[in-house]
Amino acid sequence: MATASYKSEYIRLTHLRRLYSGILALVLILLFFGGFYTADRRNAGGFFNGLDKLFDFPVEVISEAWSEIDGLPELLWQYIPSLVETVNIAAVATLMGAIIGLLLSLFSTRGLAFWPVGIPLFRRSMDIMRAMPEIVIALVLIFIMGAGPIPAMIAIAIHTSGALGKLFSEVNENCDMKPIDGLASVGASWGQRMWFGVFPQVVQNYFSYALLRFEINIRASAILGFVGAGGIGYDLRNTISWGKGRYDDATAIFLLLFITIVLVDQLSSVVRNRVLGSQK
Amino acid sequence: MRTGTTISDFREQSLAAINRRTFICFAIPGLILAYLGYVFFAFEVNDALQGVKLDNAKILVGDSYSYKTVVSHDNRSGRYVVAIEGEKKGRYAPDSYPAWVLVDGENAEVDLSEGYRVTVRNREVSFVVPGYGQISALPTRRGVEVKLPDGPIPSWINLSKTRLNVKTPNGRVSVTKTKTTIFRYFFGWELFWFTLDSPYNGLGLMDLAAAAISGEQNKNGQIHALAIFRDFWFNPMWRHGEVAWALVETVLMAFLGTIGAAFLALPLGFLSARNFCPSLIGRFGMRRLFDFLRGVDGLIWTVILSRAFGPGPMTGALAILITDTGTFGKMFSEALENVDEKQIEGLKSTGASPVSQNRFGVIPQITPVLLSQILYYLESNTRSATIIGAIVGGGIGLLLTQAIITQKDWEEVTYYIILIVMMVFIMDSLSGWLRRRLIKGNA
Repeated sequence: MATASYKSEYIRLTHLRRLYSGILALVLILLFFGGFYTADRRNAGGFFNGLDKLFDFPVEVISEAWSEIDGLPELLWQYIPSLVETVNIAAVATLMGAIIGLLLSLFSTRGLAFWPVGIPLFRRSMDIMRAMPEIVIALVLIFIMGAGPIPAMIAIAIHTSGALGKLFSEVNENCDMKPIDGLASVGASWGQRMWFGVFPQVVQNYFSYALLRFEINIRASAILGFVGAGGIGYDLRNTISWGKGRYDDATAIFLLLFITIVLVDQLSSVVRNRVLGSQK
Repeated sequence: MRTGTTISDFREQSLAAINRRTFICFAIPGLILAYLGYVFFAFEVNDALQGVKLDNAKILVGDSYSYKTVVSHDNRSGRYVVAIEGEKKGRYAPDSYPAWVLVDGENAEVDLSEGYRVTVRNREVSFVVPGYGQISALPTRRGVEVKLPDGPIPSWINLSKTRLNVKTPNGRVSVTKTKTTIFRYFFGWELFWFTLDSPYNGLGLMDLAAAAISGEQNKNGQIHALAIFRDFWFNPMWRHGEVAWALVETVLMAFLGTIGAAFLALPLGFLSARNFCPSLIGRFGMRRLFDFLRGVDGLIWTVILSRAFGPGPMTGALAILITDTGTFGKMFSEALENVDEKQIEGLKSTGASPVSQNRFGVIPQITPVLLSQILYYLESNTRSATIIGAIVGGGIGLLLTQAIITQKDWEEVTYYIILIVMMVFIMDSLSGWLRRRLIKGNA
C-alpha cells in the first residue's frame, strides 16, 4: 500500500512539475511572439517585407567592391591607422579598467579589504560602473571634450573597471588565506600581503578575464566609433552614409573589422587556455 | 629534489629564480608604461585636454539639476512673455505669473532674489546689484545705451554696443535693441509632473492623493485619478509615456534577441558538438558559421539589417539575435561536449529511445548551464540594446542621442541616464534572482 501511495504521489508531482514547466514555456512563447509582433509593428519596415531585401544591401556592396577589387589592398592599407586607433582604445581601456578593477576588487573582498567598513561602498560603486552603458558616458564626454578617441576610452574603461572588479573579487574570494595570514604574522604591510600573498595566486585568472574583456572591448570600441568617438567605426559610418560609390571602402572596413575580431578571438582563446592550463 | 644537489646548487637556482622574478617585475610595468606613453602621443592627449570645453561641462552640470524661467520683453510691441525654459509648452498665462514677476502694462518688476532686482520702465531697464550699484540700460534704435557705476567693468558683465549681458548667482539679464530677457534659475526639474496647463500643477502629493481617492470629477468632467495619470503620462515637456515605451522597446530588443538566439542555437549546438554529430564536415561547417556570425559583430549586422528592415526595435532585436546565435552556438556545443556520458549510458541500458536519452540524459545536465548563460546575456544585451538603439533608431538609446545632440535639454539627458541605469540594475537583479532560483531548483 505504502509503495503504491509513494508511486501515485511521485506521479502527481511529476505531472505538477510538467504542468508548471508547460505554463512557463507557454508564457515565454507568448511573450516572445507578442514581443515580436510589437517590435514588428513599431519598426519602420516590417519583418516580412524586409526579408526579401535582406541580401540586397550586401549584394550591392559586394558587387561594387568586386568591380573595384584591384583597389582593395590599397584601401585595406588606408584604413589600418583607424583600425589601430580602435584597437588602442580597447587596449588602453582594458588596461586602465584592469588596474582600477584590481584596486576596487581588493578593496571590496572580505578578508582582504584595506578598509573593511568601506566594502559595501566599493561594491555599489562597481555595480554603478558596470550598469553605465558605454554610450552614455561617451556621448556626454564627446560634448565636453569634442569627438576623438579619449571619450570612448574613458567610457569603456569605466564600464570595464566595474565588470572586471566584480570578476576579480570573485577570484579573490576563492584564494587561499594561509599565505596571507603567514605574511601578516611576520608583520607584512597591506601592500606586501597583497603583492606577495594574493597576486601569485590570482594573476593567471586576472589575465584570462582581462583578455576576455579585451575581446569585448574591441567590439565596443568599434561600435562607439559609429556614434562619433573616432577609430574605424567612425570611418564606417562616414562611408555608409556616403552610400553608393564608396561601398568598396565599406567592404575594406568590414573585412578589417572581421579579421581583427576573429584573430583576437582565436589568439585570446589559445593564450587563455595556455595560461589557465599552466596553473595546474 | 634530486639526490646529490648541493646547497650551492640550490643557492644558484634560487638566485636565478629571484633574478628572473625581479626582471619580470620591472619589465611588465615598464612595457605597460611604454605603451601608455605611445598612446599618449597617438591619442594627442595634450591637445585633447586643451580642447576641453569647461563651459560645456558647467552648462551640463548646472542644467542637470536646475532650470530657468525666462521673462522676455519685446521692445517693439511692449509685450511680456513669462515661460519656463523659454518654451512654448511652459508659458504662464498672463493672469497667473509667478509671484516674483510683477507686470503692469508695459512696465515690470522682476525679483531675482537676494536683493537683485530688475525694473523695466518705458523700455529702460534698471538692475540693482547688491554690493555694486545700479546698472541701467536703454534700448535705442542703434543699440543699447548703458550706464554703469564708476570703476572697472567686472567680469560678470559683458558689454558691447548692441548687447548687455549680466550674470548673477541666481539669474541672468540680457538687453538688446529688440528684446530684454531676464532669466531666473531654480533648483530641480521644471514641470516634471504636470505642465502649467494641467489643473494639478503645483499641488502637493497629499492633495493629489486625496483628489485621486475621492473619485470625484474635475471641472472638465473627468475622474480625478484618470486625469491625474493622463496629465502626467502625456506631459508634453517630459513625455513620460513615450520614455516608458522607449524603455520597454529597449528591453524588448534584448529579450527578443537573446531568447530568439537561444531557440536557434540549441539545435545548432547539437549539430556542432563532437559527441552528438559524428559528421566531421557538418561540425566544422557549423563551427565556422558560429565564428562568422560572431566575428561579423553586432555593429556590422546592425548596419546591414537596418538597410533591409528600416529603423526600429525589430532591426535591433535581429542584430542581437544573429550575433548571439554565434555566441550561444559555441557555448552550447561546448556545454554539450562536457556532458557526463554515464547518465546517457544508464538510460541506454534501460532501452530508452535516442529521443528519451537526450530528453532525460542530456537536457537536465545542460539546462542550468544554458539558462545561466542565457540570463547573463539577457542582462548584458540590455546594455547593448541601448547603444544599438542609438544606431537603428529605436528605444531609449535614440531618445538619449537626440537629447544630447540638441545640446540644451541636459535635464532630460540626466533623466534618461538615471532611467537607463535603473533599467540595467533591474535587469541585472532580475537575471541574478532567476539564475539562483532556476539553477537551485534544477540541481
